[in-house]
Amino acid sequence: MAEIQEKSGGKKGGKKGKKLSTRIDLTPMVDLGFLLITFFIFTTTMAKPKTMEINMPVDEKKVEEKDKNKVKDYTAMTILLSKEHRVYYYTGIADDPMSPPDLKVTYFQNKNGIRDAIIDLKKRVYEERNNGAPGHNPKDEPVILIKPAENSEYADMVNILDEMQINGITTYALIDITEVDKGFISATEAANAGAAQ
Amino acid sequence: MAHKLPRKSTHIDMTAMCDVAFLLLTFFMLATKFKPDEPVVVKTPSSISDIIMPENSILLTVDPKGKVFFDYDNKKAKKILIEEISKAKGLNLTPDEQASFVNGASFGLPFNQMKAYLNVEPMQQREYAFTGIPIDTSFVAETNELGYWVQAARSAGQTEGHAPRICIKCDGSTVYPEVKNVIKTLTRNGIDRFNLLTSLEAIPEGTEAYEENKKAN
Repeated sequence: MAEIQEKSGGKKGGKKGKKLSTRIDLTPMVDLGFLLITFFIFTTTMAKPKTMEINMPVDEKKVEEKDKNKVKDYTAMTILLSKEHRVYYYTGIADDPMSPPDLKVTYFQNKNGIRDAIIDLKKRVYEERNNGAPGHNPKDEPVILIKPAENSEYADMVNILDEMQINGITTYALIDITEVDKGFISATEAANAGAAQ
Repeated sequence: MAHKLPRKSTHIDMTAMCDVAFLLLTFFMLATKFKPDEPVVVKTPSSISDIIMPENSILLTVDPKGKVFFDYDNKKAKKILIEEISKAKGLNLTPDEQASFVNGASFGLPFNQMKAYLNVEPMQQREYAFTGIPIDTSFVAETNELGYWVQAARSAGQTEGHAPRICIKCDGSTVYPEVKNVIKTLTRNGIDRFNLLTSLEAIPEGTEAYEENKKAN
């Protein structure tokens, strides 16, 4: 910043009697300030990471067996997570390999995906629990069993747990996939591969 | 034209600009925290959950291949932890090495490599070739070191006064069996409530969560 000396006789710092200019050029100071600001902007963060809370069932074999019997078939849906973000699901808890359930396959899309299937389940449970059939209690809630397969990814697990929160499902469990379920998946894959050819 | 243009001083007083710059700087210094050193880049999946990561927490980072790293943000508890580990596992860590641990970042090594790692300069610790904390399906403390670390850290935290929460930061593409091992290690050690770090996504319209969110706001 050029400063034009208004008075003549401009030698600075000469004899003692001369009045010296006390103006300091603050441009470098401002540069320094902005440099430090830029450093702090790049190396710090204001936002704390967000998390999702998980409550796992207590890891005791006895409790699982008891609870399994309590889940009513009409309120339940089993979701199997497989490779390439595929989601297999069927209503009820099918324990019998002899009578395979009607396995449907879908993905995590917003329309006609697993979310719509869960919404349908909820609607159906809320209708059927009031019809007075034996075992149907007006307080029954939908229950979802989530079984990720060995070839599914962590992102699939997080997405399905997110769907639980999005659709307001409060009762769900993340459990190990059984051999029976693995059998269902491979049977469906074989059937689809056969149909594609 | 022959007349000379009157020359005026182009001097601008920079004091005000300097004040603004330092005010902004002070804001950033006080309102932000340094980004923690990450041993590996992890891309977490997204979810609608907006619960903020709790303050006093043990962070387990899992990379796409399943390597597990450990970090704990309570320095006092970390000091108690490393003393305990040094004694119990017979590592014979010097006070300097213990201090290096307390001030250090996330790490992922078996117990027998800890001394060598803590001897290295902090600058090189970041570039260290981590092999991940050993974890296996037997869930026995001798081979599943992660369980031991988590248990020891929890008791160190309780001794210090604040019981820590466990947070898992895992990459979206990690295969499920690796994640299952980490979760099973925690449940076998009596931890059945923990947090998964996710990036925030908007609640989809027309869903129940969306309606509840509208009602609440």
